[in-house]
Amino acid sequence: MSLFYRHFFLLATFNWKRMMNEKHTVSLRVNGKEQQLTLLPWVSLLDALREHLHLTGTKKGCDHGQCGACTVLVDGRRVLSCLTLAVMKEGATITTIEGLTTDDELHPLQQAFIKHDAFQCGYCTPGQICSALGMFAEGKACTREEVQELMSGNLCRCGANRGIIDAIMEVKKELYE
Amino acid sequence: MNNFAFRRTTTVADTIALMEPTAANRVIAGGTNLIDLLKYVVTEADLLVDINGIESMRTVDQLDQGGVRIGALLTNAQTAYHPIIETEYPLLSKAILAGASAQIRNMATNGGNLLQRTRCYYFYDPNAPCNKRTPGSGCSAVNGYNRIHAILGHSEQCIAVFPSDMCVALAALDATVNVVGPHGNRIIPFQDFHRLPGDTPHLDNNLQYDELITGIDLPKQGFGDYYSYLKLRDRSSYSFALVAVASAFTIEDGLIRDARIALGGVSHKPWRISEAEQFLIDKIPDRKYFETAAQMVTDGAVAFTHNKFKIDLAQRAIVRNCLMALNPKTQRPGAKPSL
Repeated sequence: MSLFYRHFFLLATFNWKRMMNEKHTVSLRVNGKEQQLTLLPWVSLLDALREHLHLTGTKKGCDHGQCGACTVLVDGRRVLSCLTLAVMKEGATITTIEGLTTDDELHPLQQAFIKHDAFQCGYCTPGQICSALGMFAEGKACTREEVQELMSGNLCRCGANRGIIDAIMEVKKELYE
Repeated sequence: MNNFAFRRTTTVADTIALMEPTAANRVIAGGTNLIDLLKYVVTEADLLVDINGIESMRTVDQLDQGGVRIGALLTNAQTAYHPIIETEYPLLSKAILAGASAQIRNMATNGGNLLQRTRCYYFYDPNAPCNKRTPGSGCSAVNGYNRIHAILGHSEQCIAVFPSDMCVALAALDATVNVVGPHGNRIIPFQDFHRLPGDTPHLDNNLQYDELITGIDLPKQGFGDYYSYLKLRDRSSYSFALVAVASAFTIEDGLIRDARIALGGVSHKPWRISEAEQFLIDKIPDRKYFETAAQMVTDGAVAFTHNKFKIDLAQRAIVRNCLMALNPKTQRPGAKPSL
């Protein structure tokens, strides 16, 4: 009896496995430029940026949402591009580290990172900077302790955290207070 | 990740129509846990249904009978920073902000938070036996490295803990979960939503595979005056709880009139013992009574080789957090210890 039901069930169920290689078209506005990509559904936003649009400023650290190196701004909010499927962001506006410079002029936060020695290897830096800009927009961080707490999603294995927080506090004071 | 098909839906009905009574077709909202599980091949899917187009599940609404409904698709950050939640349900706001990182809270949804899976490292390791991942294969944690594991409500089959902070507050607040399935709507009291592992540790909760969480209802009493969330962990931020406590009181004429104590990080679900809460009613808010309540909440705790410290830690955390709840203004960012 159970065999019969199982058989019936398999027949009655639409077989999604046939649709697995179906590509999807997704339109993104990346750093002010309209982009149209045709992607398999499991391509992360991080891989779409790096491998399909060749914007390699955004870094792949852990690829599991534990390090924050892949942080980008989606519609102004900081998110992890490694845990985002590109096909889920149809119509979204994306800002990466490449989108912050204008006419070869560094963003004030980039300049502050240099001034405060806020990196050693630099691998976490694009994520740190995008994350800090997202934090400024959220408007929830006032004290240094709050900034540390709200930047905890970005790890720095070189241990440049003090310089990173110094740079962020300086720019926060200059541009947002 | 295995190869899967992808569809977007804009209504609850369209979503339910795409679901199956098996786990083959999955809803994706924030994706912060599901995509990770897919990457580790702990979870496989034939179809992902992207429900982010369902705008009706993205609101905070006052309910006619008092209380608030928070939409399942609202992000954790939108919920924690919502003016109604910040002022009337500050315990929930604090608990959410103690979890994950700012980026993840910007992505993760309220419905998804309830459905996140354990962070037991054996569950994530396909080479290790795990009854939760592969029923019948055995539990690697019972005789393994079990420092982060359960001390309450565990079974021989599974000693994993449920990792959510938000759910500890929702349990303390007596929230209810609104669910829609092919056979209509259900309302699930929060304490009945998550399960203890028992003989079926592969089931984390009582939601069926073809059901969808649409929202979470909070009762009128939000404990805005006396509340605290304390999260103790190996790293002071962006780390899962070893022990977490939500405490909330109403106090009139110097006596406790209503008390809530919920523990996180110690069991397969948020842990509440109503006898301990009842014990505190009509008592003055004093350390000696909190110590008795802490004993009652952790009564029957059984630890393993590496997590014996958790029993003592849980009891002390309850006492400390109940004292912190008497003076909520002293609380620090990230639910760190204060006072």
